[in-house]
Amino acid sequence: MATSEKLVITSNINGEERTFLADSRDSLLEALRERVNLKGVKEGCNNGNCGACAVILNGRLVNSCCVMAAEVEGATIETVEGLATPEGLAPLQQCFLEEAALQCGICTPGFLMSSTALLRENPAPTDDEVRFWLAGNLCRCTGYDKIILAVQAAAEQMRAPKK
Amino acid sequence: MVATPEKPAYKVIGTRPVRPDGVDKVTGRAAYGADVVLEGMLFGSILRAPHAHARIKRIDTSKALALPGVKAVVTNADFPAQESGTLDLGEGSANPKWLVDNVLAGDKTLYHGHAVAAVAATDWHIAEEALGLIEVEYEPLPFVIDVREAMLGTAPILHHDLRTNVRARGVDTPKDRETNIAMHMRIEKGDIAAGFAEADIVIEREFTTSQFHQGYIEPQNGTAYWNQDGQITVWTSTQGSFSVRDQMAALLAQPVAKIKVVPMEIGGGFGGKIPVYLEPVAAILSKKTGRPVKMWMPREAVFQATGPTSATWNRVKIGAKKDGTLVAADLELCYAAGAYPGSAVGAGVLCALAPYNLANQRIDGYDVVTNTPKTAAYRAPGAPASEYAVEAVVDEIARALDIDPMEMRLKNAPEEGTTGSTGAPWPRIGAKAVITAIKESPHYNSELQGEDVGRGVALGFWFNGGMESSSSAMVNPDGSISLILGSTDIGGTRASLAMQLAESLGVSYEDIKPQVVDTDSVGYTAVTGGSRTTFAGGWVAYELGQEIRKRLVERAARIWGVEPSAVTYGDNGVITGMDKDGKAQQFTFDEICKRLPSTGGHIAVSVTSRKNTTGPAYAGHIADVKVDRETGKVTVLRYTAVQDVGTAIHPAYVEGQIQGGAAQGIGMALQEEYWYDDQGRLRNGSFLDYRMPVANDLPPIEVILVEVPNPGHPYGVRGVGEAPIVPPMAAIRNALRDAIGVNFYHTPVTPTRILDELLPRE
Repeated sequence: MATSEKLVITSNINGEERTFLADSRDSLLEALRERVNLKGVKEGCNNGNCGACAVILNGRLVNSCCVMAAEVEGATIETVEGLATPEGLAPLQQCFLEEAALQCGICTPGFLMSSTALLRENPAPTDDEVRFWLAGNLCRCTGYDKIILAVQAAAEQMRAPKK
Repeated sequence: MVATPEKPAYKVIGTRPVRPDGVDKVTGRAAYGADVVLEGMLFGSILRAPHAHARIKRIDTSKALALPGVKAVVTNADFPAQESGTLDLGEGSANPKWLVDNVLAGDKTLYHGHAVAAVAATDWHIAEEALGLIEVEYEPLPFVIDVREAMLGTAPILHHDLRTNVRARGVDTPKDRETNIAMHMRIEKGDIAAGFAEADIVIEREFTTSQFHQGYIEPQNGTAYWNQDGQITVWTSTQGSFSVRDQMAALLAQPVAKIKVVPMEIGGGFGGKIPVYLEPVAAILSKKTGRPVKMWMPREAVFQATGPTSATWNRVKIGAKKDGTLVAADLELCYAAGAYPGSAVGAGVLCALAPYNLANQRIDGYDVVTNTPKTAAYRAPGAPASEYAVEAVVDEIARALDIDPMEMRLKNAPEEGTTGSTGAPWPRIGAKAVITAIKESPHYNSELQGEDVGRGVALGFWFNGGMESSSSAMVNPDGSISLILGSTDIGGTRASLAMQLAESLGVSYEDIKPQVVDTDSVGYTAVTGGSRTTFAGGWVAYELGQEIRKRLVERAARIWGVEPSAVTYGDNGVITGMDKDGKAQQFTFDEICKRLPSTGGHIAVSVTSRKNTTGPAYAGHIADVKVDRETGKVTVLRYTAVQDVGTAIHPAYVEGQIQGGAAQGIGMALQEEYWYDDQGRLRNGSFLDYRMPVANDLPPIEVILVEVPNPGHPYGVRGVGEAPIVPPMAAIRNALRDAIGVNFYHTPVTPTRILDELLPRE
C-alpha cells in the first residue's frame, strides 16, 4: 500500500513565493491544480505524452505530470497564469487569439508555455524548428497550421526593436 | 476563395473577429469540467474489467469501504432497474438499459476496460487505492473482436436477447435467433443487374478499417451534487447539456426538471462527448454520501471505454462504361458497434455514394455488436469508412480506363435535381464547384518530383443536420445585446452565432455578448455535433434578429404615433419612417435602444426552432506523399483541402475546422489504430502508442473555400466541420498507389503494412 505523507512546500510560482500543503504522492500537475488552484495547468494524459500540463521549471520546459511535487521545494515555476501582465496579454497569447490558433483551448496553455520556452531559446525559428519543438504538444482541433503561424507572428513581434 | 456571384454584401459575415472565449482560454481562466471545485467535494474513481468478455460472479466492496477516507462504493445494482426503450441522443440514440450497463456493467462485462464499480473518497489517491481493495470474481467468456467473425452463427453471443432489426425488404436475414447482428438496413435505387450488364469494366474489392479514437485532449469528466431536496446539479464537459440532462433523467429515474446540467468549457469532443459515462455515477455516489462528487477519466480509460469509431469491413463493387460513366454500384457495409448496438452504419450507407450521380445502386448496412467499447459519433460518423472504400474503387476504375481521376468524378458528379441514394433530389449543392476548384488549383496543376512520390485525390460528403436549437437575446439600453445560447461551444460557435445575429440586425459583432448557459436558463437545444450548430443555431440567431427588428419597429411606430407598417428597419440597423405629422424620422439602433426603458420597457426575446433542412457539403482533397522504402515511413509532402462551405461565417474558423478535420483524417490514413492482443485486451491505450499526428507529422494544410450558398439557410450556411475528415484516407491511399504501385485495402497504412508489401518484392 502506498504511504501518504503531507509535505509543506515553498516555491516561487509566477513570481510570487507560495507555500502549499501537498500529498507525497502528488505530481507537480496535481499539486498545481488541486493544492495551489492553478487550473490553467491542464491534464490530458498524465504520462508525459500530450504536453497540456507543460510548465517552465527552473527555466526548463517540463511536463508537470512527470515531476513529483516533492521535487519543487525552492524551485521557480512559470505557468500560463503568469504570462499576461497588468498591461495586457503577452505577444504569444495575443497572436494565438488573432491567428485563430485555438478552438477548444484545452491544449492552449501547454502550447503557450512550450512556445515561450522555444522563443527564449531560439527567437527566430524556422517553421520546421517550430514544428519539431512543438511535437511534444498534442492539439486535436487545429491541425497545427494556425499555431505555427501564431508562434511565428509572436516571434516577429518580440524581435522587433522596442519603441 | 471562390465566391459565387449571388453572394450578398455582408458586413459582419466573412470577417475574422477574435472569439469571445479567447482571452479566458489563453490565460488559463477558462473553466473546463475538471476545474470544478465545490466545498466538501469528494473524488470518484472507477474499477474496470480486465477481460474482453466475462460474467461477474461476485463483487465484494467491504475492504474498500473500510479504507479510511472512502465514503461510498457503488455498482450497477445502485441504479434503478431499466426497461428497454429508446432515448434520443442527438447524434444517434440509446437504449437506457444498455446505457446504464455501459456506465457500470450489469451481470457481464463486455469489453476490456468496462466499468465495474466506483468509489468516492476524500482524496483521489485514496479513491485509486480503494479500487485495488474491491474484490471481483469473473468467469471469463469467449469473446469476439472482429466484425465479420461476430456476424457468423458460431460467434460468441454478447446479448442473448438481441434479435436482428431488419430494415430491408426482400432479404432472408433471420429475425428470430440469437445474433450479434443488431440491424440490417438496405437502400436501393434503379436496377443493379441491368446496370452492371451495361458496364465495360466492373471492379469489386473488400476493405477493412481499424478502430480510431476521437482523441480529444480533455478526458471525460463529471461532477454531480444530489441535494437533500432531490435537486441534482451536474457540471460536465459535453457537446449537449440537454442530452446529458435527458440521459441522467432516464438512468436515475428522475423528472427532467430536477436535473440541471451546467456545461463547462469543453476540451474537444468530435462526437465523443455526447454519451454519459461518469456523470450518472457521480450522481449516485453523491446521493449516497450527501456530498458533491467529482470524477475524471485517466487517459487509458478514455481509450478503453469511451467512444471509438467502428472497425469496419466493406465490400464495394462498381461498374463503369469505357468513357468513365458509372452505371452500377453494389455495397455491403459491416460496422462494429462495440458492446451495444448503435454504430454509425446508417450514415455510412447514406453517404457512401453521395459524391456520384449513379442510377443503379444497392447498399446493405449491418450494425454488429463486438467485445470492444461501445462506439460513439466521431466527425462525420460512419462516412469516412464507406466513402474511403468507394473512393478507392473509383480511383482503380479511373486508372484502368486511363481517365484523369477528377475528370471522371466531374463526369459523374451530382447536381441540383439529380437524385441521391434514397431517390430524393438534391437541392443546390457544390459537388461540381469543388471538383472544378480542385482541377484549377495550383496544387493539382503542379509537377510531382522525386522518387517514390505519388499524388492521390478523393471526395467526401456529409449531410450537416438541422434539429432543434434555442437562444434568447436581451437588448440593453446602451445598444449592446446579451445573447444566451443553448449550444455548447466546441470550436467557435459563440463567435459564429453572435456574428449571424449581428448581421441580421445590422449591428457590430462587438455589440453582442454571447454566453453558453445551463439547462434551466435556455430552451431545449440539441447537441453541438454533425456540423449543425453554426447552421441551425444560425437559423435561430437570424430568427431572433427578425423578432428584435419587429419589436423595435413597433416601438418606433408607437413613439412616432403611426402603424408599424409605416416603419422600416434597414439592414444597417437604422429605423426610418414618418411620424403622425408626416415628418421624416429615424432612429439608429443605439438611439432606439436608449428609449426602450421609458417607452414600454426592455426587449427580451427567445426562439426555439427546429429545422428540417440540411446543408449537404462536398469536400475534395489532394495529397502528395513520399514513401521511404527502407523504413516504410510515409511523408505527406503537400496537402490541399477544398470544400463547399456554403457561406464562410468566420473564414479563419472555417479554415481551422477543415485543417483540423484533415489532420484527423491523415492520422486515420497512416498512423492511428486500436490494437488488441489475443485476449481481446486493448494494448495501446495511451497517446504514446495510439499515434495521433503531432506538428512535425504534418505539412501545412492548404485550404480552398468554395462558397455555394445553401438555399436552406438564411445566410447560406452548410456546416463545415464534418466533411474534411472524409477524404483523407482515400486520398492518401490513392497517392500511395501512385507512389509505389501498391493498392492497399486496409487503413491505416502503417510503416509495417508498407514494408509487408515492399519487402518480399525486393
